[in-house]
Amino acid sequence: MPDELTPPPVDQPRIGVDEWVASVEGRRDRYQGVTGAVRRVWDGLPVWGRLLVFLVPAAVFPLFASTGNLFRYGLITLIYALLALGLNITVGFAGLLDLGYIAFFGFGAYTYGFVASGYTGRHWPAELAIPLAIAVAAGVGLVLGLPSRRLVGDYLAIVTLFFGQAFVVIANNADQIRFPFFGHVDLTGDANGLDNIDPLNVFGWKVSTTKEYYWFALGAFVLAMTLIYFANESRTGRGWRALREDPLSAEVMSIPVNRLKLMAFVFGAGTAGFAGSIYASVQTGAFPGDYDVGLLITIYAIVVLGGAGSLAGVIVGAIIVNGVPELLRDPNQAEWVFYTAIAIALFATIRPWRRLAAVVGATIALGFALHAIADAWFPRWTAGQPGEGKLAHWVGSWMLLPSHRTQLGNWAYVILIAAVLVLTLLHGIWRTVLLVPTIYLASFVWENLLVEQTAGATRFLLLGALLVVLMNVRPQGLFGTARVEIV
Amino acid sequence: MVAVLWSKFWDLTVSGVTLGSVYALVALGYSMVYGILKLLNFAHGDVYMIGAFMGFFMLRWLGGPVDPNVAAWVAVVLMFLFAMAACGGLGVVIERFAYRPLRNAPRIAPLISALGVSFFLQNSALLLFGAAFRDYDTFDLIGGRTFHYRDIFLSVPQVLTIVSALALMVALTVLVSRTRIGKAMRATSFDREAASMMGIDVDRVIASTFFIGSALAGAAGVMFALVFGQIYHFMGFLAGLKGFTAAVIGGIGSIPGAMLGGLLVGLAESYATGYLPRGSTFQNLYVFALLILIILIRPSGILGKADVNKV
Repeated sequence: MPDELTPPPVDQPRIGVDEWVASVEGRRDRYQGVTGAVRRVWDGLPVWGRLLVFLVPAAVFPLFASTGNLFRYGLITLIYALLALGLNITVGFAGLLDLGYIAFFGFGAYTYGFVASGYTGRHWPAELAIPLAIAVAAGVGLVLGLPSRRLVGDYLAIVTLFFGQAFVVIANNADQIRFPFFGHVDLTGDANGLDNIDPLNVFGWKVSTTKEYYWFALGAFVLAMTLIYFANESRTGRGWRALREDPLSAEVMSIPVNRLKLMAFVFGAGTAGFAGSIYASVQTGAFPGDYDVGLLITIYAIVVLGGAGSLAGVIVGAIIVNGVPELLRDPNQAEWVFYTAIAIALFATIRPWRRLAAVVGATIALGFALHAIADAWFPRWTAGQPGEGKLAHWVGSWMLLPSHRTQLGNWAYVILIAAVLVLTLLHGIWRTVLLVPTIYLASFVWENLLVEQTAGATRFLLLGALLVVLMNVRPQGLFGTARVEIV
Repeated sequence: MVAVLWSKFWDLTVSGVTLGSVYALVALGYSMVYGILKLLNFAHGDVYMIGAFMGFFMLRWLGGPVDPNVAAWVAVVLMFLFAMAACGGLGVVIERFAYRPLRNAPRIAPLISALGVSFFLQNSALLLFGAAFRDYDTFDLIGGRTFHYRDIFLSVPQVLTIVSALALMVALTVLVSRTRIGKAMRATSFDREAASMMGIDVDRVIASTFFIGSALAGAAGVMFALVFGQIYHFMGFLAGLKGFTAAVIGGIGSIPGAMLGGLLVGLAESYATGYLPRGSTFQNLYVFALLILIILIRPSGILGKADVNKV
């Protein structure tokens, strides 16, 4: 019986339950059905087999994707994944909350731009420029790590966050610095950044098209992933995990805690510098605005969603976190994505089937009823224009699209947040009852407010909400292993 | 040379103290929450931003700065009250839904959740209020009168900020040291488990801590907007960063420490702007340098107690 095996909630006294046995047997219990079969196969695969599972689709992808799609879905995802790999070392393996991580990405990009661009007039080949970028980023990581060694988790977070902010200030203004011996050196351009950065030129191979960049980034990613995999399996990796679980006990066990912290910082920073140099040449420029908190949250979302400490999680997280918002850019696709996501969420969470059918039916009926009422008495509420496409047309006769949509959308947004919060407090029948208007309200907000800003506010809004919800529901992410904190 | 430096001194001091009072109020919220939960509440800076906006909307609801429906001082009081109430409520909601479920999770989980809340609030503000800068137009509301004593000039909003910040801090000190709930807070921050065994409703104490801390942040937001004018959706980020810096410098978890730290950060920023090379661009870097310095010399802050790690 699974009920007896699951350990009781943490806030109750735990007497007479062997937690380890319970959790192992509970896990075996959960390996059931289709997902269980998939997981068993996955667990049985050798490491190179798991790599192939990812590598084969990645290698086939450029054969049929258009250039634009290859750039947006392929190349950028790979760069994000590479960044997330580095962050995974500091946050996932070693458990250090580094919020200045994006600055290292920026250091990599600017270093590459400084030695290989039309802006500065130097044109180093990539086989020299990229190692330099990695070395500079790693060196800065070392410098930041030194004062941070003694800091406990939260202090470290704030120092690194401040450091990330300092990087943006420096990148914006370092064109005016005078050095004692060199005189005036323009390091970073100004707010306009370094432009005209050279394309990669690796041992004579000039990487120029999107497809070539994709291959290069894929190679870089696999290389970094392999190195990090071996680092994690080594003594150092075990040291990191010990450090993450309990720094004090690790130190007592004679693990060199400070050195390992520094190493985690340096490794993470170096990976970010690598990603930065590739990104700079892809963009043919390094601009201060790119290395700000927005990207930091995106990369954190990738690592946390995939599961901190899991390499497979990084890939899946990058695909989801980069891919879904890209899909949202096109309003027609966005509609499909939104309603599909709602449908999947409902199917996955509501049992029994009767209740699911009732919820879906009631939501659809509610929409048509409201639409009919509004049509008859308040024509202003249905005066808005639906978008293009079949689904949009259908939605147009179900959803209220008022002519004064922004204002109403704003109020509906606030009410929606309140409704969702209340929903989490309710149980039983009331939850189901409130769910129906909440779904309708969510669709209303989506159609009238969010869909217009999918590139900016909506995307980041959803990422922020994702982090909170994920921490509440499944803090270990998709692929991470659940940890029991024994106090 | 000295005369030139001296001529700016009082102006910089006044603006530093004003800024410092704002930072001190923000720092108090950080410090109180950290003292009780050992949680770095990243969303605190954004609560401050929401406070500034709430004050703005209250002012607009009252008829705008040029011709408010009520007397100017009533308008200001109402703005403060509304912003504090709204922010306090927001703080309680954030605690209830983003932090309480994670109280027994690994240490990194609530931090990431806080990061998510911060980002959510920022972008909600961007979505609802737009990216434009808003202005309180304090001049229209209060007028341009200044007080002065010899070389020291103080504008009305500056006096208002310093005095009300002082009043709030005194009120907070009395609350924490003299009342029942204050005693419960101290007990909870000392040892949560033992406090709950003594019959203290820990959840309620934590919720009220969040309410008070967030209300202070809301007041700080209104003060900042009254003195410095412009508000926008991203303003909470830097203010939060500096508020936390102030809390760390003063010694986190200590209430007088947060006040002292706030003043120091405000003054440091103001003097850096006035005296140091390229100060107005690099002021944040100078504050950052101060933070690193303090952490290296005295990691537990000026008034903080060193943390002994026991097993």
